Amino acid sequence: MTDEQIKEKILKILPEVEIPEGKPTLTVIVPPDKLFTLAKELKESPDTSFDYLICLTGVDYGKSMSVFYHITSTKFNHTIILKTSTQNRETPAFDSVYSIWKTAEYHEREAYDLLGITFNNHPDLRRMFLDEDWVGHPLRKDYSDPINIVER
Amino acid sequence: MAFSFSIYDFTSFTQWIDKSLYAAMPPFWALIVEMVIIGIVFLGFYALLGLFLVYAERKICAFMQCRVGPNRVGPFGFIQTIADLIKLLLKELIFIKNADKILFNVAPFIVIIVSFLAIAAIPFAKGLHAMDFNIGVFYIMAVSSMGVIGVLLAGWSSNNKYSLIGAMRSGAQIVSYELSVGLSLITIVVLAGSMQLSTIVEGQRDLWFIFKGHIPAIIAFIVFLIASTAETNRGPFDLAEAESELTAGFHTEYSGIRFAFFFLAEYMNMFLVASIAATVFWGGWMPLHINGFTGFNHVMDFIPPIFWFFGKSFFIMWIMMWFKWTFPRLRIDQLLTLEWKYLLPINLVNVLLMALIVLMGWHF
Amino acid sequence: MAEILEVKDIAQQEYLINMGPQHPSTHGVMRLVVSLNGEIVKNVQPHCGYIHRGIEKMCEKLTYPQIIHLTDRMDYLSAHMNNASVCLTVEKALGIEIPERVKYIRTIMDELQRIASHQLWWCAFGMDLGGLTCFFYGLRDREPILDIFEESTGSRLIQSYYTPGGLMNDIHPDFQKKVKEFIKYFRKILPEYDQLLTGNVIFQERTKGIGILSKEEAINRGLTGPSGRGSGFACDVRKRAPYHLYDKVDFKECLYEEGDTFARYKVRIDEMWESMKIIEQLIDNIPEGDYTAKMKAVIKLPEGEFFQRVETARGELICFIVSDGNKNPLRVKFRSPNLINLASLNVMSKDFKIADLVAISGSLDLVIPCMDR
Repeated sequence: MTDEQIKEKILKILPEVEIPEGKPTLTVIVPPDKLFTLAKELKESPDTSFDYLICLTGVDYGKSMSVFYHITSTKFNHTIILKTSTQNRETPAFDSVYSIWKTAEYHEREAYDLLGITFNNHPDLRRMFLDEDWVGHPLRKDYSDPINIVER
Repeated sequence: MAFSFSIYDFTSFTQWIDKSLYAAMPPFWALIVEMVIIGIVFLGFYALLGLFLVYAERKICAFMQCRVGPNRVGPFGFIQTIADLIKLLLKELIFIKNADKILFNVAPFIVIIVSFLAIAAIPFAKGLHAMDFNIGVFYIMAVSSMGVIGVLLAGWSSNNKYSLIGAMRSGAQIVSYELSVGLSLITIVVLAGSMQLSTIVEGQRDLWFIFKGHIPAIIAFIVFLIASTAETNRGPFDLAEAESELTAGFHTEYSGIRFAFFFLAEYMNMFLVASIAATVFWGGWMPLHINGFTGFNHVMDFIPPIFWFFGKSFFIMWIMMWFKWTFPRLRIDQLLTLEWKYLLPINLVNVLLMALIVLMGWHF
Repeated sequence: MAEILEVKDIAQQEYLINMGPQHPSTHGVMRLVVSLNGEIVKNVQPHCGYIHRGIEKMCEKLTYPQIIHLTDRMDYLSAHMNNASVCLTVEKALGIEIPERVKYIRTIMDELQRIASHQLWWCAFGMDLGGLTCFFYGLRDREPILDIFEESTGSRLIQSYYTPGGLMNDIHPDFQKKVKEFIKYFRKILPEYDQLLTGNVIFQERTKGIGILSKEEAINRGLTGPSGRGSGFACDVRKRAPYHLYDKVDFKECLYEEGDTFARYKVRIDEMWESMKIIEQLIDNIPEGDYTAKMKAVIKLPEGEFFQRVETARGELICFIVSDGNKNPLRVKFRSPNLINLASLNVMSKDFKIADLVAISGSLDLVIPCMDR
């Protein structure tokens, strides 16, 4: 499928998505509460068949918190990026895609650990790298650690 | 009796010591003195052989692994093992909290005493042995199977999960392989018609048993080699210590000289099984004789028996080292499968085959 | 004072052992909490983070050329590929065309690195299974590659050789000669690996049918690299999304359907042959030219998100850069192939023995610094 066809298909599934122009890879901005349904549909429908989640990234923009999903199809070899954002920076929460792609387990744990993004319905949401009693989430823009981080 | 010493026959020499001791003092004290002499001689022999074997293993494995091996301490690194020994002697004995203190301390001694006991029955050359039991083979098997107690105790008393797994593996392994060792020796006992090691060696005057008993003897030798490698906990059967799985298995928690005891016992056990194999299958100190080739036999006789014995033992040890440094380790279930499903049935059939051959007189 | 336990209580307790953080078979500081039933593994719970250095956080404060130097501290056995991931992302974002010579050299370096990495994996894997001699064979043959790296890049393990737009410096004049010598030597020596380990009955018994992961499961769990290809998952980024010169050279994607430890082993052995094939196709035709494209002194990426998939020796590495137009990135994410491959360990090793767990985790070829970042 070409990018145009995928775009049409996505708009048909979920009309409220926003697809910005001029991105190197087709990027789809999805509202957080609709992401799970779109992802499930994209994986399960035979002509898109996005069966492989390459990467899941949490990004702290300073004002909002976003999650990027790089997904690709092993069958058709087309890649798109799903992006979802929330203005709730303090307690961001998204739906877990673990039940769609199991590989999301560690990605989501990592995002939870370093950015404090909660994923609903995740089977085992614990910190990945840091201790359980660690205070704060280091990759957040407002994280401060006067001992280990030297500001220049 | 006058003093006479010959490198070809130690009988008169040992008897001379015996006679002069008994002539000089009452029998009880003579016995005590003899025991002390033998003890000291074996201790010295033990230490020297241990040092040499560790060095030899290092050099041989270095050779197989395309490297040089120890080469810094002394010429060709010869003093390296002595330096290591000094290091181990000087090291702190770490006592493990919550370990069973008595058993923890006793275990290394059990392991080393067992290997010490078994060596008493080995004939090193003609007339050079501590004891010539009339049930020598049986004695060696009985004594050497006691080593597993030390290993089990070490694993249990360390209060370490890895050690316990290692000890349990070792228990299963040694108890199973004891059968194969025994049966393969029985095969030769059937051929020799005696359990006395000196008689077994004498019986190989015209030809070694491995050639004499042709196919069953060769099968028995191969089985013995596999089973005894397994019994000494050496690779590829070193599951009890499997360093990539269980760090160091049953002796994880031991340090200093206690560890050295386990280490030394491993090498001594290797020497022990190699010398048993040499004695039972390859004629012990008996030179290679072939019926009818008188000239050849004379030339062979010229080489002193003690060199024959150690030459054969070291050759078998070399094979065991070759095993260890080439093969990956087996898994515990494969190890037991090998014993119970393959070696044991083969052995049982082999004993029958040997009995048939002996009855029909088909051996050479 | 120890509690007195009933026999039935003990039978119900899990026998937990900690493999790591210091354990010979975790190849680094990772902890596996293994629940056992006798010798049988019931559950494996990995604990990472013992060498978490916060590379992603550090990247947010550094400029793009500086980030390169952090990347090869992640997967130190695929340092060149890690460098390439950042370089290619930056080049893609800026839209600069890099000289052909650079592409050639990068491809050759990547493949040399892959061979070196697989050699080290081979020796460590052999050692995990108890064959200690493998370790020295592998390291012996890795030495010439490190020498080649040292000559051209100035260091042996952590080279930081690629820069955005090109290379740090040109290759050594002897580079082509040395590489050709090495390929000749290694073509002769690689069958030895098979003789020592692959054909060994004990080795085959230990690896065949152990730690099976089906193709669907591998895709779903994102098991990439040689481990994924052992399950039949055609995940080679060099084929799927070619970078460097991989679309111009002829090589085979090594795929095995079995999905067991032996298949993963075979994939890596085959990949060494394929890597040599790639290098041979390129080494004689390195074009003359600049070793770097003209770059601005301060690299600023346009606003937006950029990513590049790179095939390291262990799997798919992604460098994902979110830029806000400054000289520092807003967020850099590295998808560590090791971390995602580790997630499959529990599924693979369930109901196998401890010895198999060691073999399986060895066959995944985990590099802990990459996992922890």
